[in-house]
Amino acid sequence: MSEEVKLMKGNEAIAHAAIRCGCDGYFGYPITPQSEVLETLMEVEPWKTTGMVVLQAESEVSAINMVYGGAGSGKKVMTSSSSPGVSLKQEGVSYLAGAELPALIVNVMRGGPGLGTIQPSQADYFQTVKGGGHGDYRLIALAPASVQEMADFVGLAFDLAFKYRNPAIILADGVIGQMMEKVVLPDFKPRRTDEEIEKECPWAAVGKPKNRKPNIITSLELQPDAMEQNNLRFQAKYKAIEENEVRYEEIMCEDAEYLLVAFGSSARICQKACQIAREKGIKLGLLRPITLWPFPTKAIAEYANKVKAMLTVELNAGQMVEDVRLAVNGKVPVEHYGRLGGIVYTPDEIVEAVKNKLM
Amino acid sequence: MAKIKGAIVVNQERCKGCRLCVVACPTNVLAMSKQVNAKGYNFAVMENEDACIGCASCGIVCPDGCITVYKTKID
Amino acid sequence: MAIEDIIKPENLVYKKPDIMNDNSMHYCPGCSHGVIHKLIAEVIEEMGLVENAIGITPVGCAVFAYNYIDIDWEEAAHGRAPAMATAIKRLRPNKLVFTYQGDGDLAAIGTAETIHACNRGESIAIIFVNNGIYGMTGGQMAPTTLEGMKTATCPYGRDVKLNGYPLKITNLLKELDGMRYVTRQSVHTAAAVRKTKKAIRKAFENCMDGKGGANIVEVVSTCSSGWKMTPEKSNKWMEENMFPAYPLGDLKDKDANI
Repeated sequence: MSEEVKLMKGNEAIAHAAIRCGCDGYFGYPITPQSEVLETLMEVEPWKTTGMVVLQAESEVSAINMVYGGAGSGKKVMTSSSSPGVSLKQEGVSYLAGAELPALIVNVMRGGPGLGTIQPSQADYFQTVKGGGHGDYRLIALAPASVQEMADFVGLAFDLAFKYRNPAIILADGVIGQMMEKVVLPDFKPRRTDEEIEKECPWAAVGKPKNRKPNIITSLELQPDAMEQNNLRFQAKYKAIEENEVRYEEIMCEDAEYLLVAFGSSARICQKACQIAREKGIKLGLLRPITLWPFPTKAIAEYANKVKAMLTVELNAGQMVEDVRLAVNGKVPVEHYGRLGGIVYTPDEIVEAVKNKLM
Repeated sequence: MAKIKGAIVVNQERCKGCRLCVVACPTNVLAMSKQVNAKGYNFAVMENEDACIGCASCGIVCPDGCITVYKTKID
Repeated sequence: MAIEDIIKPENLVYKKPDIMNDNSMHYCPGCSHGVIHKLIAEVIEEMGLVENAIGITPVGCAVFAYNYIDIDWEEAAHGRAPAMATAIKRLRPNKLVFTYQGDGDLAAIGTAETIHACNRGESIAIIFVNNGIYGMTGGQMAPTTLEGMKTATCPYGRDVKLNGYPLKITNLLKELDGMRYVTRQSVHTAAAVRKTKKAIRKAFENCMDGKGGANIVEVVSTCSSGWKMTPEKSNKWMEENMFPAYPLGDLKDKDANI
């Protein structure tokens, strides 16, 4: 297939990528700044081509439970929302994790707390990586920094979700969702046949054939011993994910004396800040976590032996900075610079923050 | 004239002694045992065997699916 | 004639359905759930749908229904079963998808999911067990608790000034254009059980004929433990108190213009 470059919003890229990666169903509820995902799907009408089901639910709660139901029957299903809506989804996310179901959740973050603002924010980092719902669970969290990554991460997130039988989340923000950029959409991949699903997901509730026991999708286990074993199995899985699936990008890091750590749209601005800083003679580098969980703890710990100080740049009051500090473990100072309320920093502002806080 | 004759088998260990079968029986066949099962419940028994017409009312109302019903014609 | 001569395979007229397994059910003695489970199992078996049925269990006493009927199941979060059923049926239109829900699950915490799934006319069947009380959590007030009825959270009787009125959710659902079949039944006598079985069969058949439309079978039920009565007395109390508030019969049958 010839490479076709298109210009579109990040939210639109999510929708097109979902259709192309063989997604079976999307269930969502409109909320700014991510409504274009559902709008695009409804305009494209993929049920007429790939057979993908698209449904506007009555609420985010309902949407995530549609995802839970569909995932339980082995289907490749997803939802998307923005911060307040993702809060509503946390019940379902916890159930997905507890029943070990693969699914994709997209959060195009806006500012909070509460109804907050429709402007971009990265204040759902804690909610995403520390477990927004109840219980000991983890979400595989991917943070795209471009429209291209919005498109690419849909397929990747599904692959990881099915590999580990665990929900995955794309944690974007209003900037990435709304901005238009060139993008090469992934090649079309057909939806799996029922036979392929039963082979890949022998655990799925698809209707019980004569030769097997009933498949029961549940997170309920009242026997303490069995429940502890379930949790230990989850923890072993999370450990395997932490060992195998850490993804990050290093930009201008080889000779860096100071290191920025930033994800998503903030990393884009930090990249420019590094260029400006270097023009001024400050050897500034950027480490961009692509997976927020599993977190690039080891990579950051190694930089603690190389750089003088680190600055996390986040559109929040200081959330990822805690994980960076845990990785650095006191070896070098780790500071935070953030803007709240929907204001996005300029590269110059970040360079000034480096000077003021690290030097 | 042919006469209908019925009989039931009660899964005594599964029975919880709710008595709904006793109430449902139109010919007063059933009663509760004096003994208890392993769960500590009195269980349903055929006390008046001859009266059973195999109508299955007992089995139909049994919440625990404890009762199997048989029926035959005697000439 | 000796009883041994009657108890022969060729004389069998009634037994519990094969897909209802031998696991001892956790329900209290006399609980209506057992009968309703049995009917669902019988209908699935008789329709030849064992390999094509996906059930959704609620949160409430029937949370463990999946332990007793040998089909594939998904266990829902409290009240969310109709949303799950919506997705499963749309993703697997050839399957029988049904939910099994109590009054708290369906008519309190899951009201939105219930109404919207029904309003969309999803080709699903909802088996709604209404016993006017929360059984599993120990007998608290349900949306369907009768006026004056005592529960753990309305110990002096339901006061409508404090708690509002018993919610006749099935009557509300009847009004939705997406609803194809709405019926209210009970399982307190053999005759009532037979009627309820017919209703469940009709609901399941509607799910499978491709014509669409949502189906609900409300089963007005007892909760001996919650009501603090014997099963026998519970049935009597239900007839005298529940049936006037929740009268039995078909509320809507689009196919029969009812």
